[in-house]
This record gives sequence, C-alpha cells and structure tokens, in this order.
Amino acid sequence: MAAIELHGVVKRFGPITAVDGLDLEVPKGICLGLLGPNGAGKSTTMRLLTGQATADEGDIRVLGFELPGESKEARAEMGVVPQLDNLDVDVSVEDNLAVFARLYRVRDVRGAVDRGLALSRLEGRRRDAVDQLSGGMRRRLLLARGLIHDPRLILLDEPTVGLDPQIRTELWSLIDSLRSRGTTILMSTHYIEEAERLADEVAVMAHGKIISRGKPSELVAQHAGRETAEVYAPPQRLAEVRARAEAHGLRVRPAGPAIAIVGAERATDGAIPPEAIRRAASLEDVFVLLTGEEAE
Amino acid sequence: MNNAGAHAPRAQMRRLEPAAIGGVMSREVANFRTFWKATTFSSVLEPVIYLLAFGLGLGATLVDRVDGLDYVEYVGTGMVATAVIFSSALPAMFGTFVKERFQRTYDAILAAPVDVEELVTAEMLWIGLRSGIYGCFPLLVSMLFGLDPAPGMLLVPFFCFFTALGFAAFGIAVAASVSKIDQFNYVTTLFITPLFLVAGTFFPIDQLPEGVQVASQLNPLHHLVELVRDAAFGFELTDLLRVAFLLVFAVSLWRLAVSRMERRLID
Repeated sequence: MAAIELHGVVKRFGPITAVDGLDLEVPKGICLGLLGPNGAGKSTTMRLLTGQATADEGDIRVLGFELPGESKEARAEMGVVPQLDNLDVDVSVEDNLAVFARLYRVRDVRGAVDRGLALSRLEGRRRDAVDQLSGGMRRRLLLARGLIHDPRLILLDEPTVGLDPQIRTELWSLIDSLRSRGTTILMSTHYIEEAERLADEVAVMAHGKIISRGKPSELVAQHAGRETAEVYAPPQRLAEVRARAEAHGLRVRPAGPAIAIVGAERATDGAIPPEAIRRAASLEDVFVLLTGEEAE
Repeated sequence: MNNAGAHAPRAQMRRLEPAAIGGVMSREVANFRTFWKATTFSSVLEPVIYLLAFGLGLGATLVDRVDGLDYVEYVGTGMVATAVIFSSALPAMFGTFVKERFQRTYDAILAAPVDVEELVTAEMLWIGLRSGIYGCFPLLVSMLFGLDPAPGMLLVPFFCFFTALGFAAFGIAVAASVSKIDQFNYVTTLFITPLFLVAGTFFPIDQLPEGVQVASQLNPLHHLVELVRDAAFGFELTDLLRVAFLLVFAVSLWRLAVSRMERRLID
C-alpha cells in the first residue's frame, strides 16, 4: 500500500479547474518532490490531502484512510508544514509546540516539546515569544511543530520559500535526516535545486495534472539528454542562434538573458556556435521544457 | 525518535472529541496569557465609569428610582449583560476573522486531527468561560456602590456563560460570512448597539412602544438583564423560560456558526 494514492482527482473553484484528473502515488519511505510552476495545482493538492479541500471527482487515500470520510484519522498520522508561517507570534516557542502536541493527542506533551526544541535547536529560546525569533528560527520551529507527533508522513509545502541560502541549506539537512529515518515526504516546491537535492523522485505538475515523473537523473536523461549549451548574446544574435539550432532539430529554451540549447551532445556541425558554454543537462532544463516558457 | 509508540493507537475518531476541543482551548489560553492584563483592566474599569456616569450622574439629577430600585442598583445589575455582549460577540467577530484571514491559525489547526465543529465549539466555550467571569465584574463593582450581595448571584456566572456562548457563536458566524473586516460596522450598528441599548439595562423597556417591547422579548440580552436582576432581588417562575430561551439561542447559533465556518474553511 502506498502512503498516498490519488486517482482521477478533480478540484474546481468556480470556472477554474485547479486539479484536473490527477493521478499520483507516493510509495512509503520516499521523498517525492512535486515540482510545478505557480498555479499548477500543488497547493490545492496539499489541501486535498489534509481534507481542507474536498475533491469534486476521484479517489484519495492517505495512509490507507479514505478521504474525505476518514480524513481526521489520516491527519492524526501525518504532519504538515505550511508554506506560510502561521505560528502564534505572541506566544512562547514552547507553548506553540505544546498546543500542537495536544492537538495531535501526544500523551507526553512535555517530552514532545523537548524533542521539538532539540530538533529546531531552540532550547535556549523556549520561553521567548515567536516574534522575537529570526526568520530561519521560525521556519525550524514550523518544521518541528509539524513533526511534534512523530508522523509517518509529512507534507512540506514550499518548505524554503523566501529564505536565504544559508537557512535553506540548513533546512535541507533537517529534511534529509527525516528521509533517512524512513518518513514518507511529499514536498511541493518550485525550486529545482531543492527537488534535485532532496527528492528520490520528482513529479512535474502543470495545469492540474502530473505530466512527467521519475528519478531526477532519469527525467534529465529522458527529456534533456546529457548536455546543454548556453549562449549569451544580444537579442538579435540569440534569435539567429535559436533559428539555426531549431533548424538542426534541437530544442531551445530561454534562460534569462541567454538561450539554452538542449541535447547539445547530439548537435551536428554548425548547429551550435563556438562561443556556447556547454554544461551538464539539468532538471531545470526538463522543468522549463515540460511546463512551458511563459510564467503564469 | 522512532515511528512506533509515539502516537495513540489507531482508533475510529469521533465527533466533538474532548482532546481536540481542549487542545484548541489551550491555544486560546496560551494567547490570553499575553494580553489578559489589558482586557481585565478595561473589564473592571468600564463598569466603574458607567456607574459613575449613569448611576451617580443620572441618578443624582434626573432619575431617582426605577422599578423600585435605586438607579445605581438598576444600572449595576443591567450592566452585567453589557459586559457579556462586549466580551463575547466582539472578540468572536474580530478574533475569528483575524485568525482565519490574517494569522491563518485555522489552517494550522485544521491540518491537525481537529474538525471545524470542534474548532468552533472550543472557541465558543473559551469565550463563554471568559465572559462568565467578566460578566460578574459589574456586579462586584456595584457592591462598592451599595448593591447588597444575594445568594442568587452565585448563578450569575452561569447565566453569563450560556448567553456568551450564543453571542460568541453569533460573532463567529458573522466573521465567517463577511468578506472584509470593515463590514463588521454594519453588524455592530444594526445588531449589537440596539441589542445592548434596548435590553432594559439603562431604562425599563415596558415604557417603550408595544412593538419594541415585543421585539425585545427576542433579545437574549434582555433576558439576561432580567435574570441578573432577579438573581439579586428574587427569582420568578418566568425566569425558567428565560433560561430556556438563552439555551435555545446558544444551541441554534452554535449550529449556524459551525455551518458558516465549514463553508468558509473547507474548499
């Protein structure tokens, strides 16, 4: 039995179909990265899994519980770390943890609070109000709160959005340690690097469904080949380079001020100009090729 | 930490679990500890000011006795209801809206094994308890102004509690129905101000036009005012009907608040 099973799930908000026939299975013990642009339906999928949204069509099972009927049982055994900080800011660090220990029916509240403080390395700040903490500390506390009942499954919704690189790396090692303990993780993100570093498998979501799924290295090999050539030049020159590469049957995507020619290892003579910088194909190449060029 | 043993055994979860309600209330208590001084300060001082202004001001100049009571006794007992509505309906409206919209507190709570019914019930119970205590302050203050203690007054916290449950549910239902916080102005002007002014707190309603008298029988605050006065000066048989009315008010507004909040919180 998989930890999460969604079959043919549809969720509409008025005229907008946020989730459109989603099929997704997350086996136990893996970290699955749900990758997609803004508006792809990642957050709605997360809310469907916690019963905070009800599907219009399809079947959802979480840890063997049928949703929405058994959503409360499922929630008791999963932890959720939201995208937006919703800690109680006037309340102390330890009280924030204690309240959620009670909500999750943890018997030894004090023990759970101590473990949460150790995990978030906030033992020295236990009596401080949350609004006295730095952004990184608050994120660690948010993670510890979601783990207060030692859940079998964790939903991480954009866990490092808006954080600086040091704090991001620190959170990544925390998440990685959970994965190595065998906790199942579903992590939505639009940071490619985050998915590459943490996820055993990646599912790329666009327009409410999964359009590709696999190990990051497999997805890269399958969709982007081995090598990508980037060309930095004025727009007019870029247009010429792009036209030539496409005439040789290569796929090209914009990459900020540059263009990236994907599958460069297969290029015939003259398809790629000599000034191009060659690098290993990346998940970002896959992501942009699959989800389209324009941001929504 | 390991994955075994830390959580309770798998069991069919029920509705209105005490553990869930207690957990949500413990969050309210943790927050209340950070602002109780300010709330308590105003709850004590407000009736003092009202009693000085109305009781002594009006009592010494225009009104002497109302319904056979000193005006200070009349207003002091009536003000219990004012304290209850202002410590229940308004905190429920603003608190619910802020927690739902600005702090996203309910998103966090509903991701835990707590359903909307338990959440609403816990919020109501907490506000009810608070109002049950704050409602007594005007009575205590009035004793300093000459009101005699009576054994019936021991029931006043319970009357306040049940009335506050209904008004807390009213506030929650309102917060779950408006799209912007400014719309609370309509509710306070159209409902709360008339309810607290025409409850028999400051003047008897039996001198008002007949239509208003009939309408005020539907005002829960009016029944609370009468119950508190009778607790101080002697109960009557009709007080049982008043208690029944307040219970029906609380239960029906509870169901309304739960359904409004389910619509607001679950997509």
